[in-house]
Amino acid sequence: MNIAVIRFPGANCDQDAYFALRDDLDLSAEYVWYENTSLNGFDAVFLPGGFSYGDYLRCGAMASRAPIMAEVRRFADGGKPVIGACNGFQVLCEAGLLPGALLLNAGQKFICRDVYLKAENRTSMWTRGVDRILRIPIAHGEGRYVADEETEQRLRENGQIAFRYVDSAGEQTEAANVNGSAYAIAGVLNIAGNVLGLMPHPERATKALLGSTDGLEILNALNLVSSNR
Amino acid sequence: MTTVRVYVTLKPSLLDSAGRTVAGALQKLGYAELEQARIGKLIELKLETYDEARVKAMCDTLLANPVIEDYKIEVAQ
Repeated sequence: MNIAVIRFPGANCDQDAYFALRDDLDLSAEYVWYENTSLNGFDAVFLPGGFSYGDYLRCGAMASRAPIMAEVRRFADGGKPVIGACNGFQVLCEAGLLPGALLLNAGQKFICRDVYLKAENRTSMWTRGVDRILRIPIAHGEGRYVADEETEQRLRENGQIAFRYVDSAGEQTEAANVNGSAYAIAGVLNIAGNVLGLMPHPERATKALLGSTDGLEILNALNLVSSNR
Repeated sequence: MTTVRVYVTLKPSLLDSAGRTVAGALQKLGYAELEQARIGKLIELKLETYDEARVKAMCDTLLANPVIEDYKIEVAQ
């Protein structure tokens, strides 16, 4: 399993992702520059967080049109694992690889803290077996997930809601929905289940030193995929 | 040379949390008549030749996100 960590100008979680995958998951990872047009030799893609292109126009808008994205699209369409965390999630939405969009948090503030997540879908490659509540950090100003009613309905029916914000007891409360997301959505899947976008940072919760190892519950999917090959 | 202005606005159904903050500030400054403020973007394009279909395509491809935004094209006189 060789994972491409895409580097956009302005991304700042690329190293977090790289070292988490390499040191804490024991996987092989390589940086791929956004101007590249090939993902040959890679088995999965990680779109990291940050402020690609300084969030110009809309978060993720410029990065979603970068040269590497045509290849990421082909890769995703081929059923291979693609994960986007934070800015990576915004990029996937802007690219149309995931439905919906991310707007300024309802409370305006940039929020940097741990949140609790409940896996809604438990059958996709990314969420299979995630039965307990996860504690994973968020750090974003634009993480309020929105989708029109029809799309939200479709997401529910198709099991495309990967994670929702809950409190530490796993309950859905208004306070737990930190950024005011529709249906408290923290992460969504594409219809095939191989593309996951989420605002929380699983790559920042991969060792006790970081305060939580719950990110492994999500990223371990990459290990399972590799052992199935 | 033609100057085209593209106004990009958040769909009316969506909460504009920054606009809400601005409205609150204006109200505190004494503008009690203010009911709402919504923030959008103005993108000014200078074109060698103007073709409406092509400017629309620019909006659909990059300048606006149809999931959350509407846009309006205005050709400057």
